Amino acid sequence: MGSRASTLLREEEIEEIKKETGFSHSQITRLYSRFTSLDKGENGTLSREDFQRIPELAINPLGDRIINAFFPEGEDQVNFRGFMRTLAHFRPIEDNEKNKNPPTSEPLNSRTNKLLFAFRLYDLDRDDKISRDELLQVLRMMVGVNISDEQLGSIADRTIQEADTNGDNSISFSEFIKVLEKVDVEQKMSIRFLH
Amino acid sequence: FLLQLCVCVCVWPALMQLFQLWMFVVLFLIMMPAMFGLSLGVTGVYIQVLVRILEWATIRIQRGLQNEPRVTVPLTTEIIERAGGSMEEELEQRRRTHSLSVGEFSLSDVLYFYKRGVETIVDDQVTQRFSSEELASWNLLTRTNQNFQYISLRLTIIWGLGVLVRYGILFPLRITLALIGLSWLVVGTSLVGSLPESRYVKNWLSELVHLTCYRICARGLSATVHYHNKENRPQKGGICVANHTTPIDVVILANDGCYAMVGQIHGGLLGIIQRSMVRSCPHVWFERSEMKDRHAVTSRLRDHVAERTKLPILIFPEGTCVNNTSVMMFKKGSFEIGGTIHPVAIKYDPRFGDAFWNSSKYNMVSYVLRMMTSWAVVVNVWYLPAMSRQEGEDATHFANRVKSAIAAQGGLLDLAWDGGLKRARVKESFRQEQQKLYSSIILSRSKEMKEKRRRNKSTFVST
Repeated sequence: MGSRASTLLREEEIEEIKKETGFSHSQITRLYSRFTSLDKGENGTLSREDFQRIPELAINPLGDRIINAFFPEGEDQVNFRGFMRTLAHFRPIEDNEKNKNPPTSEPLNSRTNKLLFAFRLYDLDRDDKISRDELLQVLRMMVGVNISDEQLGSIADRTIQEADTNGDNSISFSEFIKVLEKVDVEQKMSIRFLH
Repeated sequence: FLLQLCVCVCVWPALMQLFQLWMFVVLFLIMMPAMFGLSLGVTGVYIQVLVRILEWATIRIQRGLQNEPRVTVPLTTEIIERAGGSMEEELEQRRRTHSLSVGEFSLSDVLYFYKRGVETIVDDQVTQRFSSEELASWNLLTRTNQNFQYISLRLTIIWGLGVLVRYGILFPLRITLALIGLSWLVVGTSLVGSLPESRYVKNWLSELVHLTCYRICARGLSATVHYHNKENRPQKGGICVANHTTPIDVVILANDGCYAMVGQIHGGLLGIIQRSMVRSCPHVWFERSEMKDRHAVTSRLRDHVAERTKLPILIFPEGTCVNNTSVMMFKKGSFEIGGTIHPVAIKYDPRFGDAFWNSSKYNMVSYVLRMMTSWAVVVNVWYLPAMSRQEGEDATHFANRVKSAIAAQGGLLDLAWDGGLKRARVKESFRQEQQKLYSSIILSRSKEMKEKRRRNKSTFVST
């Protein structure tokens, strides 16, 4: 590792990432150290294997979906910018007030963007709807072999019934937001990054 | 041409004299005292001077950092603050805070897994154990210079001097000592091995040879070892168990007692050393094929321990080197042999050099060279009171008990993760456990719902 960690990340890049994501200078350097330590191939990008090497992530039932969230559509490698952009969704919302130059467009860690991120966890084919199948897939990942198909199916049906307001038997993003209205998304989807 | 000849004639005897002086210093001022366990106190003074310099350097660095707040380097190694609720707690919180859908499953359940997953991507407990510990402050070695930028001229000069001293003076000294030590080991053990079989004399001689050799090697690393609680030192017929950071652990422990080593027979130089060692006293070396057969291994070790006159076996149950910030899972095989276990905790002081052997990054030779060009090796060794398996305790539980004792003594983190994760993938069963846990939460909620419905129905009927 050595001083490679800070020399390969240029000041301009750090500034750009700062503007785009809202992370502070020191947070970006710390996360870059983490990025390089995960990058076993030392080619400046992370592959899916690099993530799967983290044991605590490998035992997470939704581990594969989470890893997927880092990779842009159809790609197999993620660079540091992409890595930071994904992590930015998990910044606490109150950190935005501390930021001296707030971003011009809606910040990545706004409540809506956090919810959109969670929505995409379900909506694999990106058609802006969570279908019954997609919901079943996620449920199956979370429970493994411990619940029967019929019971899981009825759970899925019930969930869609409660959320679906326009009767198309799937959950759209606005319906998703409505269901999670009372949930403290800010707390449940925020990670406190230390300076 | 004549000038060159004159220079040669003058310089050559001077070089010879220098060499003789060098060997004199090495032999009589370092080797001899080392062999007898005495110390001239030079290393002690050296360490004290080093500590002063490093403290001064730390103050300068901190002062330098305060003057340039933009380039702050956090002195803590934590990236994120972990909120540590268990799965049940976090998922139940949701239900209590709002009377949402009373279904067993809620769309927000995934948020728990999502957040936990991203937390581990940013900072996890396991992968950091397989690389060198990050220091809170620079210790003037280039290799630990992560993120520490140019602070002041004086610091750089001291660093430069340090490089000169380490590579120019200490390194040749240490190499000489190491070579002498190792060759003495080979020669000495072969000599003792060729002696006729006699119980006490041969054992005593072989112990002497081993001790002196390891002491020379320890000098060859400028190792300062502090042994604590020597009354708990491993006895004959026992098993000594310690946390593993580096192959040098063996040298450190063997400086204060004789152990029977356990391990795989290697080829090359290490193989020669192993084969000659076994001639003078019974170490337990296995062929690579034998290592796979756990029963064969266990029975051989058991035979060794059963003979109460043989030296205590030295085993590292982690199975691999980890970076001395934590103790990882102890493999239960060593705890199935029987006999008394003597736990030992080893903690290296990271200020003087990084002792961890990152076998995926450095091979043995470059590791030894790195060790020889560090400042020194300062170690604390604690001998813990003997432990043995209790009635009805299984080997895994016993292993965890010993592990916790060692971790507590050495100030290390007690982890349940397997050190083998350095190279292997985690077992699928762990993920299945997580799935089972979540399923049981869903099923208990569903039971709750049924109960509530039944109660509502019955009250309805009664009214």
